[in-house]
Amino acid sequence: MIKTETYQLSMGPVHPSTHGVLQVLLTLDGEKVVDSVPCMGYLHRGIEKLMEARTYFQCLPYTDRLDYVSAMNNNFSYCHAVEKLAAIDIPEKAQYLRVIMAELNRIASHMIFIGSLAVDIGATTGMIYPFRDRERILDIFNELCGARMTYSYIRIGGVRSDLSSAIVDMINKFLADLPSMLDEYNNLLTGNEIFQHRLKGTSLLSGEQARRLGITGPMLRASGIDYDLRKDNTYSSYDNFEFSVPLGKNGDNWDRYIVRVKEISESAKIIRQALDGIPDGQITAKVPKVLRPPKGEIYDTTEGPRGEVGYHIVSDGSAKPYRIHIRRPSFINLQALNILCKGYLVGDVVVAMSTIDPILGEVDC
Amino acid sequence: MHEGLLVNLTVFLTRIAEFIFGNIFIAQLFIVLLEIVVIFAVISLAVIIQVYMERRICGLIQDRFGPNRVGPFGLLQTVADMIKLMSKEDIVPAKAEKLLWGITPMLLFIPAALVYAVFPFDNGVIFADIGIGIFFVIAVMSQGVLLFLLGGYASENKYSFMGAMRAVAQMLSSEIPIAFSILAIVMMTGSLRMSDIVSAQSGIWFIAVQPLAFIIFIIAMLMETNRTPFDLVEGEAEIIAGPFTEYSGMRWALFFLAEYTNLLAAAILTVTLFLGGWQGPFLPGISWFILKVFAVIFVFMWIRWTFPRTRIDQMMALSWKVLLPLALFNIMATGIGIYIYKWIY
Amino acid sequence: MKRRYMGRDKLYTLKKDFPTDIDFDDAAENPSLIIRSLPYFPKIMHSLNTQHKFDMLSNITAVDYDDYFEVVYDLTSRINSEELMVKVPLAKASPALETMTALWPEADFHEREQYDLMGIIFLHHPNLQRILLPDDFIGYPLQKSYRQAEKEGENG
Repeated sequence: MIKTETYQLSMGPVHPSTHGVLQVLLTLDGEKVVDSVPCMGYLHRGIEKLMEARTYFQCLPYTDRLDYVSAMNNNFSYCHAVEKLAAIDIPEKAQYLRVIMAELNRIASHMIFIGSLAVDIGATTGMIYPFRDRERILDIFNELCGARMTYSYIRIGGVRSDLSSAIVDMINKFLADLPSMLDEYNNLLTGNEIFQHRLKGTSLLSGEQARRLGITGPMLRASGIDYDLRKDNTYSSYDNFEFSVPLGKNGDNWDRYIVRVKEISESAKIIRQALDGIPDGQITAKVPKVLRPPKGEIYDTTEGPRGEVGYHIVSDGSAKPYRIHIRRPSFINLQALNILCKGYLVGDVVVAMSTIDPILGEVDC
Repeated sequence: MHEGLLVNLTVFLTRIAEFIFGNIFIAQLFIVLLEIVVIFAVISLAVIIQVYMERRICGLIQDRFGPNRVGPFGLLQTVADMIKLMSKEDIVPAKAEKLLWGITPMLLFIPAALVYAVFPFDNGVIFADIGIGIFFVIAVMSQGVLLFLLGGYASENKYSFMGAMRAVAQMLSSEIPIAFSILAIVMMTGSLRMSDIVSAQSGIWFIAVQPLAFIIFIIAMLMETNRTPFDLVEGEAEIIAGPFTEYSGMRWALFFLAEYTNLLAAAILTVTLFLGGWQGPFLPGISWFILKVFAVIFVFMWIRWTFPRTRIDQMMALSWKVLLPLALFNIMATGIGIYIYKWIY
Repeated sequence: MKRRYMGRDKLYTLKKDFPTDIDFDDAAENPSLIIRSLPYFPKIMHSLNTQHKFDMLSNITAVDYDDYFEVVYDLTSRINSEELMVKVPLAKASPALETMTALWPEADFHEREQYDLMGIIFLHHPNLQRILLPDDFIGYPLQKSYRQAEKEGENG
């Protein structure tokens, strides 16, 4: 008697579309996914342990290497937590600069998302264009702090350097060109029928499921839940700016894509307002050379491009953190992978993986 | 119509050979062997040109340069790549069915090259102007899939096997719309012979008479040649490289060669069936032929570097639920059209 | 809108329900909830989840102090816009406590990570396996007693 049986397929850690070194153990029935289990840790560097042996200032570069496509947001989150722990007041100007850079980095990160989603769907050209445009943001950062990927620009107490007029020009020019870039993506990808067919109605994640699984960031908002820390627990100078939080309806791949594309325009809105309203003043607060936060414990979250980045810092009063634990949004968001893949085809797995948008540096920590 | 330059050349060479060998039969045999060598040389050259073309066009579309370092305008890049591939270590997977695995890339080239026997390159320049020409093309072209299946099976790799299975499903889905779209043309010419089909287009190209068949044919041909948006057999984001996952170096290069040979064959077939073959004003037939073929190849490449990939079920749905009914409808419409045409005249 | 720390009045009501089992530092600005009795831990968490509407378990951390482990739960209420830090001290000899996966399914990876790196055992967890480190790894690297590679040892 002929019967079919399921088989195991190990997708990754060396695979063209796992965004790094994620391994997904798929149980397949033909091409249909019966079960999928993410296996991570191939990029585990023990950052939390390394941080325990370093001073608070020395920890900062490690945060660059967590989510390496949006290092600014990680710097931001870490500094925000340490400042809260050590009760340092940040000058208003530094707050504005931080917001500008974090939002620019959010745009860069979302461009990477669009590009990698495109290449996972097979549109190689769709990858090149966002990556090309992202390069302009990296140029701005390079001009600003001398690094393209690992900035350490946002420092404890403020930021590293002031904006020069050249950088302001670069940012302004970028913002002026952004609508035409988005038009280009929309013409090439968003409007493409095959692209829409691949994304619409696949890998559904309902709002309730997303909420219960602790999904945060654009993925949660794509499922229709309005939760954005920039609004719901406003920090830094975000409450000074007008912007809206794009929401999805169905929580399918399409919504996750569209929400991120819309977020790019919203971020641009914030940057424009912040650039116009930069107050005068210092760019750093007075921070002691050796920072010894008082004995205590803090958990602080900010909104990264992938969701809620949280730092739990335990201080014993010395110059080094006693324990740091990082809530990495990609890591938690990956819990949804099985829901997103089950019952769909192998071709949908890579798309689902892409719309979760995990950065393995962050997942594996 | 003038007899093509190449025909005269063949006749001339046959005379010389007859003079040397002193026997017409051996002379003709020699000429046939020479022709085979020539066609292989032409295919190889065309593949090199296509690879270069693909990379430059891709660069153009993607706002970058493409290869431009090796030789003038990077023309020798493909040659350099070929040398690199030949000098690579031959890696055989430990668990593979060694014999089957080894012969697959070699065999793959046979059906790919065989179809060239019936293509009319110019007026009278055709290796075998057989009466079932187009039928032969359809029959032989689909043989390639057997070797994809063989290679995927023999690799003992799940990705390869999935790719092989997809190749079979895709071939079945693409062959039938192709056959039915061609049938409309055969109905109009009343002959399966390739030269008849070309000469039937001396007045008007079939693309103008059979636009629906042309669209169906182009889409199905994209499936047949495994190119984006239907490159599911390779589907690099999903199944790495499908049946060629385990092949490297020269063996992989043979897959590559076969792929571009198929692409060229698809373009030639499109030109022959819909774009008037070698026919055109002023220039000699062979130059019109080359021009048209590369124009079609350009369109194929343009499509490849613009569109995303479909999913396997979407591809099958498109083929069976859209293309096939449309092709059948087209046949019926063509039949009625022919009947009315005959009735009027 | 800014998120608040869980109000003191609510902490007092909770204290009334579990008088001996929970503790908090009255003098602190944002007192974290310390759970003293392990058997009541799931019940307390359940009450936090349902009664006080903490719908998000944002983070789980374990800290290795000199003579005890402490598992820290960072709870967030998206509904009331509140946050709360819950601490559970555990004996060094048997660092085990009940899993929270039933109340917050997201706790799955958090708990596996703490088990993996700190050696905290979460009882009745559906799949308590190492998540970041290889399955055959010996030891729990985030414990202070774990010996780091020599080069990293002394420098700061």
